[in-house]
Amino acid sequence: MPTTIIEKIWQQHEIADLGDGTSLIYIDRIFLHERTGSVALKGLEAMGRKVRNPEQVFCTMDHIVDTFPNRSDVTTMPGGTAFIQTTREAAHAAGITVFDLGDRRQGIVHVVSPEQGIALPGVTLVCPDSHTGTLGGLGALAWGIGSTEAEHALATKTLVVRKPKTMRVTFNGTLPQGLTAKDMILRLISEYGASGGIGYAIEFSGTAVEALPVEARLTLCNMTVEFGAWSGLVAPDAATIEYVKGRPYAPRGKEWEQAVTYWQTLKTDPGATFDRDITLECDDIIPQVTWGTSPMHATGIDGRVPDPADEPDPARRAAMERALEYMALEPNRPLAGIPIDAAFIGSCTNSRLSDLRAAADILRGRTVKAGVKAICVPGSGLVKAAAEAEGIDQVFKEAGFEWRESGCSMCFYAGGESFGLEERVISSTNRNFENRQGPRTRTHLASPATVAASAVAGCLTDVRHLD
Amino acid sequence: MEKFTSLTAIAAPLLRMNIDTDVIIPSREMKRVSKEGLSEGMFANWRYTEPGGRIENPDFVLNQEPYRRAQILLSGDNFGCGSSREHAVWALAEWGIRAIITPGFGNIFYSNCVRNGILPVRLPEATVQELADQVTTDPEQHRVTVDLTDCAVTGPDGRRYPFEIAPADREMLLEGLDAIAVTQRRDADILDFQRRDRSIRPWIYLQKTS
Repeated sequence: MPTTIIEKIWQQHEIADLGDGTSLIYIDRIFLHERTGSVALKGLEAMGRKVRNPEQVFCTMDHIVDTFPNRSDVTTMPGGTAFIQTTREAAHAAGITVFDLGDRRQGIVHVVSPEQGIALPGVTLVCPDSHTGTLGGLGALAWGIGSTEAEHALATKTLVVRKPKTMRVTFNGTLPQGLTAKDMILRLISEYGASGGIGYAIEFSGTAVEALPVEARLTLCNMTVEFGAWSGLVAPDAATIEYVKGRPYAPRGKEWEQAVTYWQTLKTDPGATFDRDITLECDDIIPQVTWGTSPMHATGIDGRVPDPADEPDPARRAAMERALEYMALEPNRPLAGIPIDAAFIGSCTNSRLSDLRAAADILRGRTVKAGVKAICVPGSGLVKAAAEAEGIDQVFKEAGFEWRESGCSMCFYAGGESFGLEERVISSTNRNFENRQGPRTRTHLASPATVAASAVAGCLTDVRHLD
Repeated sequence: MEKFTSLTAIAAPLLRMNIDTDVIIPSREMKRVSKEGLSEGMFANWRYTEPGGRIENPDFVLNQEPYRRAQILLSGDNFGCGSSREHAVWALAEWGIRAIITPGFGNIFYSNCVRNGILPVRLPEATVQELADQVTTDPEQHRVTVDLTDCAVTGPDGRRYPFEIAPADREMLLEGLDAIAVTQRRDADILDFQRRDRSIRPWIYLQKTS
C-alpha cells in the first residue's frame, strides 16, 4: 500500500501499538535547554530515575543566557544563574553532552541540532521546546513536548504518542526574488488560522519547497507550531544529504552509505493519501508582515491594517479588535510606513548564516534610521564565526546594528533585557503575542530581509522597493 | 498525580481565542527551577495592573467574586497554544483550576494537562458560549459539572454535553497514573526494539565520545 513519509517514519519507530490510537514510539534523539531541561532533569533525579541512553541526549544553553559580549553565568534576567548552573550540574551528572557557554558550538537548540548533525533525516527527535518541529526541515519527525514528557523520554527513550492525522501542504510555483520561507509559512498561517494544523503532522511539498535550501526548510518547519500542528517536515533529498554530510555527529564510512540508502526511501509513495490536502500558490506571494498579536494576523506588506468590522466570525472579530488596541493601530491604515522603534534579527526561526547573509545584502552600504535600536543575534557560535569570516559582522555594525553572542535573546522577555514599554519592533522571530518581547512591546513578525529594510527606512517597509 | 473523576464547580468564562502559554504564565514569572510557586504569576499581564506588579486589575474575571474560587475555565479556541512551558499547567493547577472547556487546545498544552491532573474538555464553540451565558447570570449557583467517568459536561440548566477523550488519557486522569512507571513495564520490548533497530540503523546508536 502506498504510504506517506510520516507513516514510514512512524512505523520505523513503533515499539508497540497500544491499541487506542496511541503507540509506544522510540525516540532517537533528545535535546534539552536550560529553561525547561533543568526542571525535567531535576524531576527525574527526585524520582531516583536515570537517563536511559545519555549518549543520545544533548543539552545547550540558549534561553536565559545573556547575549552581551564577555557574558558569564550571571544573567540580566533575575535568578537566571540558577537555571544555567542547575542544568549544567544535572546534565554532567547524567552524562549528557553539553554545549556550554564558552564553547563555539553553543547556540539556539534548533540551530545547533542540525549544525552538529544531531538531527538527521528520518530520526525521531524531541525537546521540551515548542519549536522542535524546526528539525522537520531535514526530514526528521520532531516535536515539542512538556517537561513531564521529557522526563518520560529521558527515562525510557520512548514516548506514548497519539498517531497524528496527516496533512500535505503543497506550495506550487516559484517564490519571487527576495521572498523567503518565512513569507510562505506566515502566508499559510494567515490563510488557515493559528489552529488550522491542530492534530496534524504535515508534509510540506511542491516546487517552491523543493527549491528551498535546507536552512530555509528549517524556517518553514519552525513555525508549524504557530499553525497549531504537532509536527511538520520536508522529505529529504540530495540537498539534505549534502547538508548533513561531514557534520560532527552525522554517520561516517560504511554507516554513511547505509544511512543514505535508507534516507532515499523516505518519501511519500505516489498514490498515498493524506487526511487533508492544502495548496498555496507562490508565484504572486508578497512579503508578509504581522499587524496583530497572533501569527495568523499576517498580511502582505502592500496591504492595510484589516478592519474588524469586515470579519464575520465574532470570536475572530473580538480577537482582532483586542489585537489592534494592543498594537495601537487603526483599521485601514497602510502597513508600509508604520514607524518602528526597534529591529531584531535572530531566533530559531531566522538566525542561520543564510538569514544573516540576506539581511546583510540589504544593509550593505546603508544605515539604520536614527533612533531605531537594531540588534542581530546569530543562532550559534559557529554561525557567528562563519558570518565574521565573511565580514558580515562588519556590515551589520557599520549599518548600526549591535552584533551579539548567540542565544534566544529578545525573542522573548524573561525579566531581563526587553525592548521596552509600548516600543514597536520588527522582528525575525516567531511569536507576536502580547508582552512576548517585553511589557506591552508591540511585535511585527517578518523575514530577515524585511526586518533589515524596515530598520533602514525606520518604518515597516516593502523590501522589494527599498531606495 | 491528583486523580480526576467528577467535579461540580464554579466556572469562569475567559472567552478569547488563541490564549497562549506566554499569557497564562509570562516567562519572567518562571523565576525558579521548580514546578511550584507559579500560581502568583498566572495570567500576570492581565491579572495585575502593571508589568511585574501585584496590584490586582479588578476587570480581570479571575479577580472577581465568585470567580476567584473557580475550578473550571471556559475559554476560546486554541487555548494553551505557543510555548511548551509546562509551567502554564503547573500555575493553573496550583491556582485551583481542575478542568478547562474550550473548542480546542494547543497540542503540547493538552498533553501537559493530562499529566498534571487537569481535565481538558473539547466542546463546540456554541456550547462553550451557551455554558458561559448560563454561568454569568449567577456564577455561584449556576455551577458546571464535569464528569470523566461518563465523559459528559452538565450545564447549570441540566443539559448534558458528551465529550471525547482518548482512552489512555482518560485512564491516566482517572487513576492518577505515573506514565513512566507504566512504560517501564515494557522494558524488555524497548531493549528488543533497540537490538533489532541497531542492525537496521546503526548510525542512530552513537557511542560515548568523552
